[in-house]
Amino acid sequence: MTSDQPSPFTTGLSGPAPEMSVSRDLVKRGLLVLPLLCLVAGVIWGMNGAYSCAFAVVLVLLNFLLAALIMAWTAPISLALMMGASLFGYLARLGLIFLAVIVVKDFSWVSLQALGCTIIVTHLGLLFWELKYISASLAFPGLKPGKQESSPVQP
Amino acid sequence: MEVLARLAAAAADPAEAKNIAAAGSAGFAYGLAAIGPGIGIGIIFGNAIEAMARQPEAAGMVRTTMFLGIAFTEALALIGFVVFILLKYA
Repeated sequence: MTSDQPSPFTTGLSGPAPEMSVSRDLVKRGLLVLPLLCLVAGVIWGMNGAYSCAFAVVLVLLNFLLAALIMAWTAPISLALMMGASLFGYLARLGLIFLAVIVVKDFSWVSLQALGCTIIVTHLGLLFWELKYISASLAFPGLKPGKQESSPVQP
Repeated sequence: MEVLARLAAAAADPAEAKNIAAAGSAGFAYGLAAIGPGIGIGIIFGNAIEAMARQPEAAGMVRTTMFLGIAFTEALALIGFVVFILLKYA
């Protein structure tokens, strides 16, 4: 890195946090499909499956929100801090999910198969859903002029 | 020494030895499953920071794709975690 380039240790990112809007979209879509997922889990694993499915969806959505909050909170301070916080946040969030599952695993309403399957399906499904939306936004930004972050051209 | 004595005593009971081996293997597999995503997130972040430093005006787009990339990478760790939970407790 040459001396005229900004240092990532002192450079922060100002402006809106796009990861917060992405995670808000993910939460909205997650809450939208929650009844359907609970219905499917209920059909396969019974009532315990439905309860476990709801718990797993909430867990995944909180994980997304926490990841976005960590990035949005540290980005204005420094890029290096954002990287460190996200890497340690990854470990912390894995630990929190582990703790949440360990705490409830012996409860009578928990079906571990439903819980595990829902965590994977919800996480990947919501991401692919959001990815489709993001890809369209990046490929055709003119379709959503109100959502663009670029500043208008001065006359 | 006490741990070794307990392990030796457990080895005499085949069912207990199998449980210990399953728990150890599941924990080892979960640890291995968490290494890859950790490396992946580091690579994604390093490249994203380089991109943002080169083109600050594209930071919004870079952050969006970086967030999604990190979430996809984390899915690998979650799959390892779920396999661990199912092997250990189900």
